[in-house]
Amino acid sequence: MWTRLKRLYHKMGSPKWFYEITSQWSPWILLVGSALMLTGIVWGLAFAPADYLQGNSFRIIYIHVPASLLSQSAYLFMAVAGLVGLVWKMKMSFVVAKVIAPIGASLAIMSLLTGAIWGKPTWGTWWVWDARLTSMLILLFLYFGVIAIYNAIENDEMANKAAAILSIVGSINIPVIKYSVEWWNTLHQPATITLTKKPTMAPEMFIPLILTILAFYCWFAVWVFARTRNEILFKERKTNWVKKLLNNDKGAQL
Amino acid sequence: MSLDTFNKECDTPNQAIDGAWLSARGLFCERDERILFSNLNFDFFPGDIVRIAGPNGAGKSSLMRILLGLSAGFDGALFWHGQDMNKSLYDFRSQLLYLGHQVGVKGGLTPEENLAWFNPKASQTQIFTALKKVGLAGFEDLLTHGLSAGQQRRVALARLFLCDKPLWILDEPFTAIDKEGVAELEQVVINHAQNGGLVILTTHHELNVPVKTVMLGTQESEMPLC
Amino acid sequence: MLMALLKRDLLLAFRARGDLLNPLMFFMIVTSLFPLAVSPDPKLLGVIAAGVIWVGALLATLLSLDLMFKNDYEDGSLEQMLLMPQPVMLMVLVKVLVHWLVAGLPLALIAPLLGLMLGLPNGGFQPLVISLLLATPILSLLGSIGAGLTVGLRKGGMLMPLLILPLYIPVLIFASSSVLAGVQGSSYTGHLAFLGAYLALTLVIAPVATAGALRISLAR
Repeated sequence: MWTRLKRLYHKMGSPKWFYEITSQWSPWILLVGSALMLTGIVWGLAFAPADYLQGNSFRIIYIHVPASLLSQSAYLFMAVAGLVGLVWKMKMSFVVAKVIAPIGASLAIMSLLTGAIWGKPTWGTWWVWDARLTSMLILLFLYFGVIAIYNAIENDEMANKAAAILSIVGSINIPVIKYSVEWWNTLHQPATITLTKKPTMAPEMFIPLILTILAFYCWFAVWVFARTRNEILFKERKTNWVKKLLNNDKGAQL
Repeated sequence: MSLDTFNKECDTPNQAIDGAWLSARGLFCERDERILFSNLNFDFFPGDIVRIAGPNGAGKSSLMRILLGLSAGFDGALFWHGQDMNKSLYDFRSQLLYLGHQVGVKGGLTPEENLAWFNPKASQTQIFTALKKVGLAGFEDLLTHGLSAGQQRRVALARLFLCDKPLWILDEPFTAIDKEGVAELEQVVINHAQNGGLVILTTHHELNVPVKTVMLGTQESEMPLC
Repeated sequence: MLMALLKRDLLLAFRARGDLLNPLMFFMIVTSLFPLAVSPDPKLLGVIAAGVIWVGALLATLLSLDLMFKNDYEDGSLEQMLLMPQPVMLMVLVKVLVHWLVAGLPLALIAPLLGLMLGLPNGGFQPLVISLLLATPILSLLGSIGAGLTVGLRKGGMLMPLLILPLYIPVLIFASSSVLAGVQGSSYTGHLAFLGAYLALTLVIAPVATAGALRISLAR
């Protein structure tokens, strides 16, 4: 068992292996993700009942909630990948951490935008300092920091390690930040409608939400794989296997 | 000793030679997709003066930083007294005196205070004697930023007289020092080696004694990556 | 060795005491901008005073953080410190302690004066000073991570607020609401307990993270 794990680890550290295996997996994950998304969206938009309080406007949760959830887990993924890179000196995991940063940030932006759009009919204004929206805004700031560090440090290896440290510190702080923002929110706004925090959600509303969340995870994986493969090609552009691969592609196109 | 000695295949690939203080096996370093050196092997013994040489950009500073443990960007193994460097880092660092490009002298402190910080155990008399040896008698309690560049470097060089660390790693120690100073400093280096210390340095100055040379930037390292 | 470092850094700070005043003066100027920008109405100022003082303290800390490792980096002493046999974390702790003594503590001492100028109601002074005393070490600790990550960068000064300010948010929330609680006459021990716990957490994380950051920054 242990030796097998070890072998897997060494394989994962190899860019070539990562490139090939994710090339095989990606279409399937994409397919599964798209099927889930299609079912979830059609179900959620067309068949789920309207909310008794918010009417049809609640249906934006089928994008808002998955984006928020995923953007939070993406930060955690990034920190874990960075930790693996720092501790076990695995270069591939630094590459993964690096490509997650902008994806996570764009998911956070998506969550904030859909939150604002949802807020307009619910609260009558685009932005309310709601606990969840505020936490998401701070998460976006945390992503900004990580992205800024990648941009500021020219040496790749240094930038990867520095960003890993920052994202690890950030992820340790996220629970503290979330807790303090929630506490702050109850202090200042005792009674507002909070988005998504329904006491109970009807299963007809809930199941499509689960489907879209899973779909977002699949798409996220495909997105991360695609960007990672791009990075690998660039990093390894001088090696024989990449040259061969690119030549084959050219041959195929001609 | 010629450069071949260091670059050839090593007889003991995974361990240091008995009695060697600092040894390297299969060092490989790459910067900006350029191989600076590969399969570098060496064993340095007490009494050695080792000069790391090569043209600009050949990787002298990189090699020094790797030896110091400041840079992680390399492959290969380092040994200190035959032990893996990662395990004997504390021991290595307690026996090391390093002078870099920036010598770590504080302008806001006097030469005496500067030395007292590097050697908290040294007495005032010892510090004054060391300063006198580098020609800074009478400057002990002036702020260092008022001194000339050469004098500031001399403050750092006074550490060589003050400490009992067996391993010296000196990066261009002769810069900004006048001719007499160079001769004196050279003598200090030679004395240290003769007393059983190990000195590793980079310099463009030719020393008057036989030294071991690690020559970097040979044809071999120009090979492209593939 | 650590005592020698503490002595050396305090001596250096004392010799350059003019520089130490800069963050303090900045603190005073920033906080006095608010009455000018918002309104001199004492009622309104009394409400926002806690927040204004705390935001000012955060910004003033950021300003002084840049210097935590910069000078040592430039003259080569940081390199010397990393090459000492002692753990780098302990050295970081000493640096943080010095930073707090010369930059954080003065903020806490001058804050009551600013509270007076902003018309902070009486009940707010005690929690203001206590929260500043308790939380400025957190600012120094978390800040040391940012300072360590950016020490080798030319554009580091601009980058650091981006890295550090989001991490300061819990401090800002709990510290300024402790003052508010004091103004309203309710108990603020819970807020201070949170700050104490956060201080303990950062005391564990920050030295390790900063030591790592410094090693990375110096591994050119």
